[in-house]
Amino acid sequence: MTTVYVPCDSSAVSVGADEVAAALAAVEGVQVLRNGSRGMLWAEPLVEVVTERGRVGYAGVSAEDVPRLVAAGLLTGEDTPECLGVVDEHEWLRSQRRVSFARVGLIEPTDIAAYGEHGGWAGLRRALSLAPADVVAEVTTSGLRGRGGAGFPAGVKWRTVLDAPAGLRFVVCNLDEGDSGTFADRMLCEGDPFTLIEGMVIAAHATGASEGYVYCRSEYPAVVTTLRRAIEVAYAHGYLGERITGSDLSFDLELRVGAGAYICGEETSMLESLEGRRGEVRAKPPIPALHGLFGRPTVINNTLTFAAVPMILADGGAAYAALGTGRSRGTQVFQLAGNIARGGIVEADFGISLGDLVTGYGGGTLSGRPVRAVQVGGPLGAYLPVDRLDVPMDYEALAAAGGMLGHGGIVVFDDTVDMARQARFAMEFCAAESCGKCTPCRVGAVRGVETLDRIIAGVRREDNLLLLEDLCTTMTKGSLCAMGGLTPMPVRSAVQHWPEDFDAPAVHDIPSSGGSGP
Amino acid sequence: MSHGTQTDAAATRAATVRRIAEQHASARGPLMPALHGVVAELGHIDPLDVPVVADVLNLSVAEVHGVVSFYTDFRTRPAPAHTVHLCRAESCQALGSQPLYEDTVRRFAGREDVEVDHVFCFGNCPLGPSGTVDGRLHGRLTPERITRLTQDWQP
Repeated sequence: MTTVYVPCDSSAVSVGADEVAAALAAVEGVQVLRNGSRGMLWAEPLVEVVTERGRVGYAGVSAEDVPRLVAAGLLTGEDTPECLGVVDEHEWLRSQRRVSFARVGLIEPTDIAAYGEHGGWAGLRRALSLAPADVVAEVTTSGLRGRGGAGFPAGVKWRTVLDAPAGLRFVVCNLDEGDSGTFADRMLCEGDPFTLIEGMVIAAHATGASEGYVYCRSEYPAVVTTLRRAIEVAYAHGYLGERITGSDLSFDLELRVGAGAYICGEETSMLESLEGRRGEVRAKPPIPALHGLFGRPTVINNTLTFAAVPMILADGGAAYAALGTGRSRGTQVFQLAGNIARGGIVEADFGISLGDLVTGYGGGTLSGRPVRAVQVGGPLGAYLPVDRLDVPMDYEALAAAGGMLGHGGIVVFDDTVDMARQARFAMEFCAAESCGKCTPCRVGAVRGVETLDRIIAGVRREDNLLLLEDLCTTMTKGSLCAMGGLTPMPVRSAVQHWPEDFDAPAVHDIPSSGGSGP
Repeated sequence: MSHGTQTDAAATRAATVRRIAEQHASARGPLMPALHGVVAELGHIDPLDVPVVADVLNLSVAEVHGVVSFYTDFRTRPAPAHTVHLCRAESCQALGSQPLYEDTVRRFAGREDVEVDHVFCFGNCPLGPSGTVDGRLHGRLTPERITRLTQDWQP
């Protein structure tokens, strides 16, 4: 019997992995296992065959290819044009430092025995042997900062919850990964969901929480299915519920699903949504660590923050802190997206340059044309020109370069991109997704679209650029959260780095609002 | 359809909505799961469902209406027979999603059985343009692939 892995990850499935798995399952003597994705999305569907040398990979396999590849010796790992060799030895993977993603793609996602065999639960075992304050101390030592984008030190947040007045506390995982160009939360939870569960159980022990929620966006149905299944399995094996693994810790975990609102990735909107209300942001203070879900002390962290915790507890905070640079410790799960030849997950130490990611791992554009712009950090992140590709990827260096790391998404555009249209889209997106609470965001984004339409149409361009700048200042200073506060970042960066795109002869249809106003 | 049949159908629907809401009533923050339950079982949230949910969960009609109208997924009309939802966010834009979206809108213009809409990100970013066809995610979409995926759809 030959064992063949075909990913069940929804990206792999989106390009035909289910059909490939069915075709291989029909071959005599083949056992097909469905693993998560290795993160080499450029190679999906990536078929891996277990051989004496290791798992040999075949890239971009389609169901129609299967008979030919089997005839060419796929089941014994023979070389073909699609063959990548032993996947673990492939330079693209080997050169990465997989910490949070250590198991993703190796095992079947909800196989709890395989999870344990690959190092799972080691962090939880050590955490349960420590007092809560000592677990918090390990996280503080690790230097772990919030991976959702704000970069707030996780240890400080956990300490605040631990020190809160006694009573009911919650742990909440933000799995509302709405930024375009980000997909790491999705791939982790589709490929290795027990890592998230383990991280949340450790957080519960560290902060005295007894209940937890995962808030997952509805655009990720495969995550909902896989993570719900993993939660069931974890309950059945004593890793959730009463007296976890025989300890004094009891913790219940439930997955809740969003309903198509980007703003619910903002932590206070997410709390409102969990409580059953419109996802409108709350003013801070009070901070959620003290006055969070249902008014109780609440640890809210991003999926990737929790995913880093098991290793930090297993190997010690100092081991994690030894990685990275400056005040950005550990590894970051970068996500290469957009017009890129080799897109996917690159987990590396903080400090790797943007260029190493885009042209090194990414191999430049998919179209083969020159890179013109790279948007880092999602729809609220800056567009950077190619002369900024030397920027080291850490929180402070990116801020100094006029950008932000956000959730680690990197979207590449080739030289056909029109940056005035991208600036307009940033405002259009804000207008569509604003929760409506703050006027500068709710109304400002609509005015931003109108103003950019006039600029694009060539109507009083200099006056309108001035007006746009003024509007950006108002939005930045007058919005409670990052939606209105950071939408100006992509807009301003586009104007700053590509002024020529805002000065081109009018080529687009003049919108109806274009002729009036300032 | 007689008036009596309409009333019966409305009563049956109201009983179903009540049952779904009651299933979630003991949860913390039950409204979102209850509304998801209604959409999953009945396809949409009818304006007449709102007071039933409000009654079971001890909320005001305004609170429930406010939530229904805030979230994209809580559709208030029956779903059409087919859906094409295409990503229009930045990463897919970099791979040509905008012309694909416009082409698809034109292609199904006037078809009441087909809903073409946009979504901001499916998390399939390096394999864009991405979209769902009748709920199933596809990557590397082209007009030709959309033709193949929808060829059996009869108006």
